[in-house]
Amino acid sequence: MDYFQIGLVTLEATIRLSVPLIFAALAGLYSERSGVFDIGLEGKMLAAAFAGGASAAVYDSALIGLLIAVIVSVCLALVHAFASITQRGNQIVSGVAINFIALGATVILGQAWFRQGGRTPQLGADSRFQTVTLPFSETLADVPVLGPIYNSLISGHFLLTYFAFAMVPITWWVLYRTRFGLRLRAVGENPGAVDTAGISVTQMRYLGVICCGILCGFAGAYLSMAVAAGFVKGMTAGKGFIALAALIFAKWKPVNVMLACLLFGFLDAGAILMQGKSLPLVGEVPVQFMQALPYILTVVLLAGFIGKAIPPKAGGQPYVKER
Amino acid sequence: MSVPYAKLPVWVEYGLIPLINLVVAFLVAGLVVLLVGESPLKAATLMVQGAFGYGEGLGFTLYYATNFIFTGLAVAVAFHCGLFNIGGEGQAYIGGLGVALACLLLDGIFPWFLTFPVAVLASAVFGAAWAFIPGYLQAKRGSHVVITTIMFNFIASSLMVYMLVEVLKPLGSMAPQTRTFLDGGQLPRLDWLLSIFGFDIGGAPFNLSFLVALVAAFLVWLLIWRTRLGYEIRTMGASPTAARYAGIKEVRIIIITMLISGGLAGMMALNPIMGDQHRLQLDFVTGAGFVGIAVALMGRSHPVGIIPAAILFGMLYQGGAEISFEMPQISRDMITIIQGLVILFAGALEHMFRPAITAFFAALRGSGEASEAAAAGE
Repeated sequence: MDYFQIGLVTLEATIRLSVPLIFAALAGLYSERSGVFDIGLEGKMLAAAFAGGASAAVYDSALIGLLIAVIVSVCLALVHAFASITQRGNQIVSGVAINFIALGATVILGQAWFRQGGRTPQLGADSRFQTVTLPFSETLADVPVLGPIYNSLISGHFLLTYFAFAMVPITWWVLYRTRFGLRLRAVGENPGAVDTAGISVTQMRYLGVICCGILCGFAGAYLSMAVAAGFVKGMTAGKGFIALAALIFAKWKPVNVMLACLLFGFLDAGAILMQGKSLPLVGEVPVQFMQALPYILTVVLLAGFIGKAIPPKAGGQPYVKER
Repeated sequence: MSVPYAKLPVWVEYGLIPLINLVVAFLVAGLVVLLVGESPLKAATLMVQGAFGYGEGLGFTLYYATNFIFTGLAVAVAFHCGLFNIGGEGQAYIGGLGVALACLLLDGIFPWFLTFPVAVLASAVFGAAWAFIPGYLQAKRGSHVVITTIMFNFIASSLMVYMLVEVLKPLGSMAPQTRTFLDGGQLPRLDWLLSIFGFDIGGAPFNLSFLVALVAAFLVWLLIWRTRLGYEIRTMGASPTAARYAGIKEVRIIIITMLISGGLAGMMALNPIMGDQHRLQLDFVTGAGFVGIAVALMGRSHPVGIIPAAILFGMLYQGGAEISFEMPQISRDMITIIQGLVILFAGALEHMFRPAITAFFAALRGSGEASEAAAAGE
């Protein structure tokens, strides 16, 4: 395999690995921009992956699976919203709780319903998402350089993949060009001002958290119904936390979120590719170092050594109408 | 208008409300058991029997509780300073490296009682070192300790895989673990302690670190409520602005609190490594760092609350393992759900029932006064 081929394969893997990160990080963006921190991305994603995998297997339909994945994820998001907005509880504590409930419940329910050691039944072709081939990809495959790029890099992904990338400009537009987006950003920065303008802070924050739930549902559905044909216990494997890291790394901005997710996806793909190979100058890089790199980068960024990540000003604080 | 919470009697504040939260958490867990098609009552009976009914079960319960006392104290100390240390898992993992290095170096030279203080010190120092960076970054650079400690959990896990696979694994061995410690690196069991009460712990790894945990709990109480440093930590947690105004050095207190918290989490490694497995293995912490969050919330960050809360979770761990023999649908993952529910109801939703309870006591007091007035007017 020549370098062009290796590069192509790596980039293709990068896209595949960064899709759940993009969904989850954009999900976190809606919630955190409204002033509700969300550590429970991982849990919502896991619960959605399970709900999607299980219901797609039972009803034999990928669309019903997706729908139920989104519903379950939104329900968990509403628990988080109730605890952190209505009850003014600690948002981080609530997020941690949701992670554990999802982690335990997916295994217990999966084992009770399907008896396959926490797995859901293998999904057939009809009940999972299929890749789509874009027009002319076969005919253009022979065109040098651009042909293979179009054929294997741009074409041949799941619809969910294209949707994830489409969500980036959509989110940007919603956030910066609509009234909803302005209000959402405002409740995250200065809820008092929004309240004075006669807009319900509670309602805006609930909407932000519900958007987060919907996108986490897509992230979970992608994991159990697109890349894999069924749910495996603990299948999110920390992706929710990487997405959280990407969100911070991107300084809570939609386009940066996509770039950060692609970077972390690339590191993941690179780690698989580089296993046992040595790099010029540095020699063999341990796989574990590559796996830890997204987290290390986030810590370094948070510490303000490469730019400064400033979270939404009112993030993490419950809003009290008057003091 | 938002009414400030009315003052409730002490026993309601520290007894009844936490109890109600806990009961609700267990009721919801019971619903899950019901959903799975088993009887929650039978499950609860089996669990209590499995955890306390015989000597070996009791030994295991207290063995698990030892882990949770350490990690619960770690989370609690940070809570008092207004910090949320989610990194107990990683700090305990790195603390294990300290214990293992001390034992590997000294087990052939010294008897266990000389290796032991070195191992205690090493575990605390390694755990504290892992908490130092998030603490320093929070204090000096303003990066949020929650996010950094989460990241450090993952970094710790990668680092430990590297250490075990590439560095500490004995030559010619395939399993990613260190060699088994000699007698000088093994803690004695506390079978005599339970045999006083007529229990035989059998094969349970209940060991000396339980006593260390109790001593640590006492020292934490001493530190938080009886020393100047503890007062400064609590002031910082109650109101950072007041602390700053009083001339308390914010950076110093945050870093010291994180060091203590990390040290306590690191000491948890003594129990499984020196007390039970006698070698360092992958993922020996098995979520104990996270259980500490639930334990600290349930115990209201007070050692007197943390010890029973830790024993309760020890019971869930041991009893949960027993249940799965009788009810294959219910595995130890049930504990993860209960843990999440306890964190939710005792932590994030702790004030949910307060308005109702306040109203109830106000009504009680009102009717009491009314009847007194009626009696006086006779």
